[in-house]
Amino acid sequence: MIVKDGQPFSIVEDEGFQNFIKILDPSYSIPSCKTIEDIVTRIQDETEGVPIRTVKSFMTKIPSVVTGLREPAVICTPCSVPFTAEAMHIGSLIAAQGYFFPISDHVLSLKDDGTFYRFQAPYFWASNCWEPENTDYAIYLCKRTMQNKTRLELADYEAENLARLQRAFARKWEFIYMQAEAQVKIDRKKDKTERKILDSQERAFWDVHRPVPGCVNTTEMDIRKCRRLKNPHRVKKSVYGLVEEGTQSQSPIHTPSHHCRKGTKEDVEKEILFLNTQLDRHCMKMSKVAESKEPSQQRVKKWGFSLEEALKDLVGQKLFLKFLESEFSSENLRFWLAVQDLKKMPQQDVAQRAQDIWAEFLAEGAPSPINLDSHSYERTSQNLKDPGRYSYEDAQDHIYKLMKSDSYARFLRSNVYQDLLMARKKLETEQGRRTSLEKFTRSVVSFPVC
Amino acid sequence: MCDQTFMAATFGPCDSCGKTGPLMNIYIKNEPVNYCSFCVEVMAYRGLQKGETLETLRQESDTLKKKLEEERGKLNDVELHQVAEKIEVVGALSIKTRRVLKGHGNKVLCMDWCKDKRRLVSSSQDGKVIVWDGFTLNKENGVSLPCTWVMACAYAPSGCAVALGDGLDNKCSVIPLSLDKNENLATKKKSVAMHTNYVSGCTFTSSDMQILTSSGDGSCALWDVESGQLLQSFHGHTADVLSLDLSPSETGNTFVSGGCDKKSCVWDMRSGQNIQTFENHESDINCVKYYPSGDAFASASDDATCRLYDLRADREVAIYQKDSIIFGASSVDFSLSGRLLFAGYNDYSINVWDVLKVTRVSILFGHENRISRVCVSPDGTALCSASWDHTLRIWA
Repeated sequence: MIVKDGQPFSIVEDEGFQNFIKILDPSYSIPSCKTIEDIVTRIQDETEGVPIRTVKSFMTKIPSVVTGLREPAVICTPCSVPFTAEAMHIGSLIAAQGYFFPISDHVLSLKDDGTFYRFQAPYFWASNCWEPENTDYAIYLCKRTMQNKTRLELADYEAENLARLQRAFARKWEFIYMQAEAQVKIDRKKDKTERKILDSQERAFWDVHRPVPGCVNTTEMDIRKCRRLKNPHRVKKSVYGLVEEGTQSQSPIHTPSHHCRKGTKEDVEKEILFLNTQLDRHCMKMSKVAESKEPSQQRVKKWGFSLEEALKDLVGQKLFLKFLESEFSSENLRFWLAVQDLKKMPQQDVAQRAQDIWAEFLAEGAPSPINLDSHSYERTSQNLKDPGRYSYEDAQDHIYKLMKSDSYARFLRSNVYQDLLMARKKLETEQGRRTSLEKFTRSVVSFPVC
Repeated sequence: MCDQTFMAATFGPCDSCGKTGPLMNIYIKNEPVNYCSFCVEVMAYRGLQKGETLETLRQESDTLKKKLEEERGKLNDVELHQVAEKIEVVGALSIKTRRVLKGHGNKVLCMDWCKDKRRLVSSSQDGKVIVWDGFTLNKENGVSLPCTWVMACAYAPSGCAVALGDGLDNKCSVIPLSLDKNENLATKKKSVAMHTNYVSGCTFTSSDMQILTSSGDGSCALWDVESGQLLQSFHGHTADVLSLDLSPSETGNTFVSGGCDKKSCVWDMRSGQNIQTFENHESDINCVKYYPSGDAFASASDDATCRLYDLRADREVAIYQKDSIIFGASSVDFSLSGRLLFAGYNDYSINVWDVLKVTRVSILFGHENRISRVCVSPDGTALCSASWDHTLRIWA
């Protein structure tokens, strides 16, 4: 647009143009970009930020600069960070992304010596998701060679790049040359200071997108997020408004995205179901543990002596089971209880019950599989060839030890047990899996530091 | 039902049309309904005509969400850092780079420690997977893979194998490690998992026999290594799942996953059900990690914050953020006791947070490009960080 319509470069600074760019593609953008842009805008603000001025140097004037010394200080305020290495670090990173740049260096970083910095035009900001093509870069380098000023000479790596591009675009080179010429013509018509500023900004833009070898390329994106970025398979925006002839080759990264599954009715219904279950958990009533009145303090204390005591008492047993259910590991206790029952059964029922227990807890694809080591598993399956009351002794021992060492300890620390122990009065409707943060942190207070 | 391919977990006769085929497991009012995908479409179409529009359902879902947040907020009696005021301050940490592991030719995307606390495996964008000895910097094994995007790697609990998650062919493979350096390990690669999009995370469960993977297709899945069979699949995320972590407790059969839909979900491995969901982040969740006790987990996100969620309190309990941190966090890990949280950011630094007091204790500089992964060694004595600057650093 700028080249074709002969518009001056400076229209990129106009608000209308910037709004236009934003409308083009309002999809996913990198969050940190926005924060950085806010900071940069604040720094540039006339009242709060750094003064941007023209500096007289040698025989010329350097327009629109800021001294490096003041830069870190100004970054400090928006980021509320003391003037330290951290501020320099943030400043360097913002510079590396291309939001401001040293006027006489290709390496984009922030130093607190007296070097001058200039701010980048919003047109060139990273949030516009530029992915400039090599043709644009070729035009730029070509243009540079046409400007007969010593200070605009190409750096070594740029000269190499230009040679490489000439070889690559051998057939298109005439077109590129013409474009470069056209741009130089337009540039000559512009005001000298304005040209200086725009030239440096353009150079900084290319420093970000074609960095000096050895510098970090900040435009690299995490490949997992690439396909959700703005402008995935549209015609790539050319920096100089060129329309690419011929087919656009699709980047392998930018596959047609099927990201957000559109919520269909089933999805939403499932979600509602899920939310309802979550809500129910919050208001779950603790079932009255088998008796109408709460067990006495002494009884509750006894449960703390050993797992045996806890399981001997029916109420304690039920409480432990409830706790394990909340941890999704209740199958251990249920297995143990089932085996206890087995031992007390009448002889004729024993065989059947043993098989039932096998099917419930130990078989392949059992509904409540327990965690048994291979040795016990072998022995138990052998025992079941001739099922009897004591077929599960090994397994039961193993599970008992597991419960004792692992779940029991947690049970004693758990809120359900602690509450009973301290005989706290609870409102009926507010018990359940959820516990208040205070109760949770009780067990955290005496934490050692690693 | 969904415009996305999925793993069919059941196969059999459809309840409505009677044809045998892969069935979609859906639940209507708590009742499981096994329809083939065609009948589901028909039902959805008819259902919509009955007057319950998608809009009304969505509104209902939103009101329920608000109600849930209110309920969660009701038990919020005190903030974590307030309770933590009684605790001693963590002393000044002197953590320095002790080793720099050079050898990768491109960005290092992932790493994992071995349970022997000494070896670690790392994978990079140039297709190389290297097993290092952390002490001597010896490269014990190296595998060159034809694909270039090995985004996830995990060490087996026994130390005898390594699982690798692929970005290009969407598979997770297991490579058995051998002591013989001349053996070409790439030939022994065995494909275990298959997804329809990149594999973003993988981990072995308590044994070498099962792998849990998360993928860019929005699902997580549990696989049997020997047979390559899908044991369980977990659907619920509405965008790419970027990370997962297994619960550390022995009797726990749960894991947590975080994704680009800003949600982190806790799942029951046996039933495939989603137990809890948390939706507090403002951008993609890059990494989730369980607290050592298994009762809480932390998540790192592109919105430059890390958050701690408590599973028993069922809510977010702390946010680790600072005005001066403007770049997204890519990875988190807890110290052995859980008092410190190490978070790697896209601004090339690692911030060390005091988990309980919700303050930053230290910053570790050294890398020259983004940190892709931080991992504390199993004995808690060292921290390893992998970065896009082609190196790994071991800090202690």
